Parts: sequence; C-alpha cells; structure tokens
Amino acid sequence: MDDSESAAPQGSTEGTPLNASLLFISVFLIAACGLIYELVAGTLASYLLGDSVLQFSTVIGVYLSAMGLGSYLSKFIHRGLAQRFVDLELAVALVGGFSAPILFQAFAHTHAFRPTLYTLVMAVGTLVGLEIPILMRILRHQVKFKDLVAQVLTLDYIGALAASLLFPLLLMPKLGLVRTSLLFGLLNAAVGLWSTFLLKSQLGPLRMTRLRCVVVIAMLGLGLAGAHRFTLAMEEEIFSDEIVYAKDSPYQRIVMTRGRGSFQLFLNGNLQFSSADEYRYHEALVHPTFAVKPGAKRILVCGGGDGLAVREILKHSGVERVVLVDLDPAMTQMATQMPMMRDLNQGALLDPRVKVVNADAMIWIAEDRSEAPFDIAIVDFPDPNAYALGKLYTTRFYKLLKRRLTPDAVVSVQSTSPLMARKSFWCINTTLEAAGFQTRPYHLAVPSFAVWGFVLASPRPFDVPRKTLPDLRHLSDESMTAMFAFPKDMDRVPAEVNRLDNQVLVHLYTSEWKRWS
Amino acid sequence: METVVVKRRTLLSTAAALPLAGLACRRSRRFPFGGELLGPSLDLGHLVRDGALPEPDHFQPIGVLIAGGGIAGLSAAWHFEGAGFRDYLLLEMESEVGGTSRSGQNGVSAYPLAAHYVPAPTKEIGPLVKLLDECGVIEGYDATGEPIFGEQDVVRSPDERIFFHGQWWEGLYLHAGESPEDVRQYQAFFREIDRWVAWKDSKERKAFALPRSKGSDAPEVRALDALSFKAWLDARGFTSERLLWLLDYAVRDDFGSRLDTTSAWAGLFYFAARKQGPGEESRPLLTWPEGNGFLVHHLLKCCRERVRTGHAVTRIEPRADGTVLVTAWNTRENRAVGFLAQRVIFAGPVQMAGRVIPALREARGKAFFEAFPATPWLVANLTLRNRPKEHGFPLAWDNVIRHSAGLGYVVATHQSLRDHGPTVWTYYHALAGPDPKADWLKLAAMDWRACAALVVEDLRKAHPDIEAHIARLDVMRWGHAMIRPRPGLLFSPELELARQPFRNVHFAHSDLSGFALFEEAQDHGIRAAEEVMAFRG
Ligand SMILES: Cc1cc2nc3c(=O)[nH]c(=O)nc-3n(C[C@H](O)[C@H](O)[C@H](O)COP(=O)(O)OP(=O)(O)OC[C@H]3O[C@@H](n4cnc5c(N)ncnc54)[C@H](O)[C@@H]3O)c2cc1C
Repeated sequence: MDDSESAAPQGSTEGTPLNASLLFISVFLIAACGLIYELVAGTLASYLLGDSVLQFSTVIGVYLSAMGLGSYLSKFIHRGLAQRFVDLELAVALVGGFSAPILFQAFAHTHAFRPTLYTLVMAVGTLVGLEIPILMRILRHQVKFKDLVAQVLTLDYIGALAASLLFPLLLMPKLGLVRTSLLFGLLNAAVGLWSTFLLKSQLGPLRMTRLRCVVVIAMLGLGLAGAHRFTLAMEEEIFSDEIVYAKDSPYQRIVMTRGRGSFQLFLNGNLQFSSADEYRYHEALVHPTFAVKPGAKRILVCGGGDGLAVREILKHSGVERVVLVDLDPAMTQMATQMPMMRDLNQGALLDPRVKVVNADAMIWIAEDRSEAPFDIAIVDFPDPNAYALGKLYTTRFYKLLKRRLTPDAVVSVQSTSPLMARKSFWCINTTLEAAGFQTRPYHLAVPSFAVWGFVLASPRPFDVPRKTLPDLRHLSDESMTAMFAFPKDMDRVPAEVNRLDNQVLVHLYTSEWKRWS
Repeated sequence: METVVVKRRTLLSTAAALPLAGLACRRSRRFPFGGELLGPSLDLGHLVRDGALPEPDHFQPIGVLIAGGGIAGLSAAWHFEGAGFRDYLLLEMESEVGGTSRSGQNGVSAYPLAAHYVPAPTKEIGPLVKLLDECGVIEGYDATGEPIFGEQDVVRSPDERIFFHGQWWEGLYLHAGESPEDVRQYQAFFREIDRWVAWKDSKERKAFALPRSKGSDAPEVRALDALSFKAWLDARGFTSERLLWLLDYAVRDDFGSRLDTTSAWAGLFYFAARKQGPGEESRPLLTWPEGNGFLVHHLLKCCRERVRTGHAVTRIEPRADGTVLVTAWNTRENRAVGFLAQRVIFAGPVQMAGRVIPALREARGKAFFEAFPATPWLVANLTLRNRPKEHGFPLAWDNVIRHSAGLGYVVATHQSLRDHGPTVWTYYHALAGPDPKADWLKLAAMDWRACAALVVEDLRKAHPDIEAHIARLDVMRWGHAMIRPRPGLLFSPELELARQPFRNVHFAHSDLSGFALFEEAQDHGIRAAEEVMAFRG
C-alpha cells in the first residue's frame, strides 16, 4: 500500500484520533441496510415473478457475488478514503433506497423487469461490497488489526441479523416494500452525513460534502414523505396492503396488493377479488348454472379476465368449449403469465378448450358470427359505477346475449351487493326480466366484499337448483338452496328497468354505495 | 343590467366571428394530420347561374320530375312509391342523395355530414312513424298506439355534457352554482313553455306542432313571429345569463341564428314542439352513427331505380300547354339531358328555384328571393386514433364547450357502444353572424388548414392534447345549410307564396317552413307529392 493511505488530505491535522466506537455503529447500520436491499429485491422478485425459491437464491447469489466484486475493486481506491466512504454511502442510499419504487415501475411499465432487477442487485451489491473494506482501512490505524477484524465482522453480522428480523416482523407489515427501501436509503445517507463529522479530519472541503449529503437525504425524504402522492404509494394508502403490481392499461388501472396472507386485485381502485375468499364468489357465480343445465357443453364468459370463473367451469367434465370475452388484454395476459395469478386460476385460460377474446363484450356478442349458441353464459363484469360499464347491465345487453344462447340456456350475472346496494341489485333483476328472462336471484357472504348477489336467469322457466359438485370448498347441496332465500333487509324492492337511454343503474349504484364510503 | 349583459353577449358573438376572417388570411400552421375540404359543388352553382350550357338534343317524356334529392325530394319519391306511382324520376346534382342529411363513412365509423338526429315522434307524426317503422326502429306499439322505439336507436345516456371552468359537467344547462334567481327564471321559462304546450286553438290545434303545418295559425300564435326571441325574453324579464346562454345555444344549434335574429315563435317552437304534454320531458332523440344518413339510406332503397345522381337541373321552363321542359347537366358525362314532364317537384332551396326557373324569377321579383337568408355551416369530422384525456363528467353523445363560438361535437361511435379506442367526432359551427352572405364569403375563402385551425383551436379548450389524437380531419362547408327563421318570416306572405305551385311546378323544401328540420322537409315532400297525385287522379 502506498503512503497516501493514511495521509490525511491537505489542510487537515495529521493523525487526529478517530472515534472508533462511533464508527463501529456505522458498520452495524450499513450492514443492516445492505441486507434490507437484498431482502427487498428478493421479496419483490418472488411476488412478481413467483417461484420464491428461485428468485431468492438468484437474488442472493447475484448480490453476494457483486459484494465480492466490490471488495475486490476496493483495492483500486487509493486516495481520500474518507471522502470515498461518504460518497459510497450516498450512492448506496440512492440506488438501494430507490430500488423498490424503480422495480415496481419497471414491472408495470416496461418489459425489462428482470434486467432491471439484476442490474440493481449488482449495483447495490458492488457498492455494499466496497463499504466494509474501505471502512476497515480507515480504521486500521486506530484499532489493532485483530480487534478490527473481530469487531467489524461481529457488527456486520449483528446488523444483518437485526435486519433479517425487522424486515418480516415490522417493516413489511407496517411500511411495505417501497417505504422500507426508501427508509433504509435514508439511513445510509444519514450514515454518510454523520461520517462527515466523525471523519472530519480526513475530509476535504466539508461544506460541499455535507451539502451533497443533505441533497440526497432531501431526495429520499421527499420520496418517503411524498410517497403517498406517488401513484403507487398513494394506492398503498387506499388499499391498506402493499402493492405488488400496478399497471395502467388503455382501459383501466390494474393493481394487485398483498397482505394478511392473501392477495387482492383491484380495477380502477375497486376490489375484484381477494385470494382469501374468491372461491366463495366464483363457486356461487358458476356452479348454480350447471345445476340447472347439467351437461352444458358450450360456455360463454363475459368479463372475468382473471380466469377464476373459468377455473370453476372446467371442473365440469362435460365442458367442450369456453369462450371468454374480456376487454383488456393486460388483464388476460396477467391471468396467464403472472405466476401468482396462474397458480390461483390453475392455468385455466391456458386450457385447450378455452378461447380468450379481447373485445368489448357488448360489441362482440352483437357482431361475432363465428361461435355457435352457448348453453351457459357467465356474466362477470365490474360493478356498474361508470356509463361504459352500465351499458353491460341494460335490457339491450341482455337481449343481445339472449340471441347468442340456446333456447334453454342458463345465465348467471354478478349483480353487486343486495345489502349495500339493494335497489341496484333488484334493478339488475328487473332489467333481466324486462329483457325476457326468468330469474332466480341469490346471494352469499364474501367477507372481502360484503354480502354479494347474483341473478340466475334463463329464457325458460326453471327451478331453484339443488345439486352441485361434491368437492367444492364452499358450496354444498344444502348451501346452494339456502342462497336463494332473501332475508327481509335484502328482499325485493321495486326498481326501474336499466336501459341504454336512461342508464338508471349507474345513478342508483353510485348513490347507494356513497353511503358506505 | 340586462341590456349590458346582452350587449356584451352580442359583442362577444361578433368577436367570435372575427377569428374566422383572421384565419382566412393568416398564414396557417402545419398539422400532423391530413384531411379533405368538401363542400357542395361550387362549380355547379355557377353552372346553373350562368346558364350558358348546350341544349339537350332530345327531351324525354316523363310523368313527374323531382329536382333535388334531399329529404324533401326523397320523401316525395318515397310517397310516390308507397302509392304505387312510378312514372317519375328524381335528379340530384351531387354524386349522392341526402342533401344536408348526408353521411360519410371510414374505417372507424360512419358519421353525419350535417343532420344527426330526429326527436322520437308521437303517433301524431304519422309519416315519420311509418318511415321509422320501415327502418326497423320501432319495436311495437303500446296500448294507446304510441310507438315503442328500439333502445339502441334512442340516444344512449349520457346524452349531453358541457365544458365550463376547466371541466366537463352533466347536461347542457349548468345547475351547479346557479343563484336562486337563476333557478326562478329557469323554472319560469319552462312554465311558460308548458303553458304553450297545453294551449289549443278553437280548432283544437296545438300552438306548436311538428310539422308546423299541423299547428295553429291563430292570431296569438302569429303574433309571436312579429318579434325576436330576445325581445320576447326581455319583455318577460328573463336576464339569467345561464338561461340566456342555453336559449341562445338552442337556436344556434337548431336554426343557425341568435336570440336577436330568431323569431320568438321559432324560439318557443324549439322547446314546445318537442313535448307531448305540459310537464313532460322533451321527447327522447333518435340517432345513429351516420346521423340522419340512416334515414336517407332507407329512403334511397325505396326509390333507387328512379334516382339519377350527378344530374344538376339547370333550367325549368313551364310551357303554355301545361307541360314543363327540364334541362339538366349530367356531371359525369358532361352533357345536357332534357325531360318533358307533366309536373315538376322542385325540391331544392327557394333561392335555387329562382335561379333555374327564369319565369318564376320574373314573376316573383328579386326582393322575393332575398327574404330567404340561410346560415352557412362548417361541419368537421375528426377521426381520432384514441380518446384524449379529460376532466370531469365522462364523454357524452353531444359535447358542448360553454365559451365557444362553435356548437361542440357529437360522438359518432356513441350509439355503436364503442367506448374505447378510435372514434369519429362531428364538430359543428354555425356562422350565425348578422350577415349570412358575408359569412359565407369568408367561409368559402378558407382553405383546409384554416378550417382545421378553427376546429382544433376550439377543441383545445377542453382537450389540450387533441391534436396528438387526430388521424384525419375532414371539413364540410355548407353554403345554403339552414334557412334562418328571422322574425317575421314564418307567417310572411313570401313564405306563403313560396309554397304555392307555379305553373305545374310544385315546391318541396325545408325552406318552405322557415326552418330546417327533418319533419318539415318530409312534410313538404309528401305535400308536393300529394298535390301532384291529386292532379293526376
Ligand atoms: C349542420 C346541419 C345540421 C343539421 N342537423 C339537423 C338535425 O340534427 N336534425 C334535423 O332534423 N335537421 C337537421 N338539419 C336540417 C336539415 O337540413 C334537414 O333535416 C333536411 O335534411 C333538409 O332537407 P331538404 O330536402 O329540405 O333540403 P337539402 O338538404 O337542402 O336538400 C336539397 C337537395 O337538393 C339538391 N339540389 C339543389 N339544387 C339542385 C339542382 N338545381 N339540381 C339538382 N339537385 C339540386 C341538393 O344537392 C340537395 O341534395 C341540419 C342541417 C345542417 C346544415
């Protein structure tokens, strides 16, 4: 080593003793930060890409090898070690701190999530790998070598331990990935600023260095404080759970959150399902139709791009063809490609019997000439909170639908909550009747939503279904029949018919749900 | 207060016409999209006027010749066909029939070139009900015999919105922020309308019926035509800016005129004729992606074999023996063709009649034809690649910008239910200035770029990024677009006279009502057809 190693930069007092014990605290902190970034990257990758074992081991592998690279590179740093250390802290603070928001954005808006992930992990790892060697060299004149190694490594491991406990127990549940990574970035930057005091004697012009620290702290602070103004974090506030996926398709904003052992899908801020209880909803949506029309072969699904209704449909062995018409290719792609979703819908949309069409269901049923009549239609649209959705609940839609069905076909229609939006629910039922359907409304509890309602309908008279498949999670023969009884507070109320030219349902729905929010 | 408000308003309106002039001369900017500048064939107008055309070598005998294939001419033909009468021919100078109810079509959607809706008729408007039934728009009739309309043909909700203070609001009249006085006046105005809706004369005729020929001509009703809508409103103390804006918008939109250039009769007609009974909502509107082109297509289907497009009638000469010599210019083959007709139905504008019927011009005198001024219109069809971002109430069928000289835009894909992706918007601008002739000269002098600039500048108020979404912008300039129901015209001797047959030439055009509406054009077409058939037995 050359002698510039210990030589203080111009103008500072040679050999001023450093406060070694305070510097050891830095070791503890930077070790914790380093591990947090690694955990953030690993968790994020396994959320978004699935297969957590693979994601965690590749992230850890890349991260550790990058640290090795960093340690190796440290030998090329000769001069101004203290200055380099502060710079290093600021670099880690920025790259590590912003890693989670960057990764979410990359996933939602680019096709380069993996390259971004591994580049970031490489970068953070390399920078973190540089930290300890440089800090040890700064301290090597203050502390005996054997003590130095012992102390630094001990604190390094303790820091890692602290981080690995804090992360799952406190940080993830309370802060979520985005704020955790920003917070630890802030901690890294704080270490940098603090070091300008501890290493004052070895540093050049202090003013500039501190200014830089302050700027970085301000950036991260702003990120953290303004986090709720960022779209992502804004939704975290609304959604209360952490966002693991967010994408603006041309049609809607798709957001997936994860928390409390389950994950949830939101379209334009409205919950579509929670993995904890969606089986109740989808079993109730699908199986009553088969109970009325056993042996149905050709099934039409309108909406339902998540593939969960199709999963239930495919449990009926007689099914030969399922056509799913969903507006948004982003939604059906997510259902086929995103591991979390594919696991939940059991790859339903990849089944050879299933054809996925991306189109406005109303226009498709009016214009398509390629498909023969269907035995069953499952109508699973988002709630009618906008005119573009309200049209899918009109007499016109149901009349067009009827033309695509066999004469004794059965339809089930998701119809919002008969408890929270009683008039809306009965408006849908009344509209189906006005379009020439016989109806049998029913409901069940889906805890994530509320009490939820559906209307079973057919152009021909039919009885309340009594039998269902044996191995369902919620529905049994008894509970199936029970769904069709309405307690007093949800019972039928008079309602207007929802037509294209009045769209009464959108008005009813918005006013009824307003009372609950 | 009121005069100040209105003075400022008229001032504003005059100012609104200025950019037109400015744009016409200014070096216009470049746009990242193209388009066409269409217009009624201006050359044909000249052709007719100059009259220096070769004579046809032969005059083909024919029972009835219909000159003009707008709604009036087509309705006459439709009526003939319904009566089993086929000894007629219809000549239309443009390459397509329909006149101001024509439509266009591109890969994204069909769209109107002008007229875009009719109010859903009650059973009283028999001919329109019959036509709509033939078109498959009527699904059945209720117990009282009233037609039930197919849901897909009634304007889909939301029908209207207005851009005001940086965002869109539901409806045309902005209720948000109105003062108690605004509310009082609004209610008072519509009470007054309801009074007229309920009014019947001694012959049980309504004051305002559709078509107007079914309405009353009692002195109280005629008196309304003597004053302007503005004078009528002034006299009743209507000063609410919001209300006056709404009424001014209504007459600009339907008649191409302003409060002070519209007959009070016409102003009240607009609101009262659309209501079946007092206190009821206005009749729902029927519309199609191609607007009233939908009805044109059906009418044409009924009489296609006897329709000749690209035939401009240049001369009509009634002869002493009662026959009529008709000369037309075949614009495709560039040659003159002649007909010897028993009767003629002239279904073009009154002013055009004066040009092609020299005997009529002589008999009526020049001043007669000056009594029929028409508002020029600019209609642009914007094909959009995608929907621009916007704020507030969602896209409706009719979208109006409050502070604009234009009338806003109608969304052609609204009825076809396409709520995402490419669409066509039809933008309307009536040149409702005090001097229609001067306005037309200005409009005729504008090139495509100047027209596009006018449209884009206006839409930018509500959609700052509109330009980026436009794939093409086609402009239609209408010279004689709409007769203007100025005070005094509607019960004038000129209008009365214009409806009278002239030496075996019968007249059918919306001009003859004093305002342009489908029902009026249809009424005149059927009336003229009946006049002719009565004569022939
Ligand atoms: C911008 C605009 C919007 C409108 N919107 C509506 C609406 O929404 N609803 C509604 O009811 N009405 C609307 N109108 C009114 C519309 O004009 C009438 O509904 C109707 O189309 C008028 O028909 P017409 O036959 O009386 O006249 P025109 O449409 O003027 O038809 C006359 C026809 O005669 C032809 N012609 C003229 N001279 C000759 C000649 N010498 N030889 C051969 N052919 C000749 C012309 O080319 C034309 O085709 C609108 C008008 C405009 C301009």
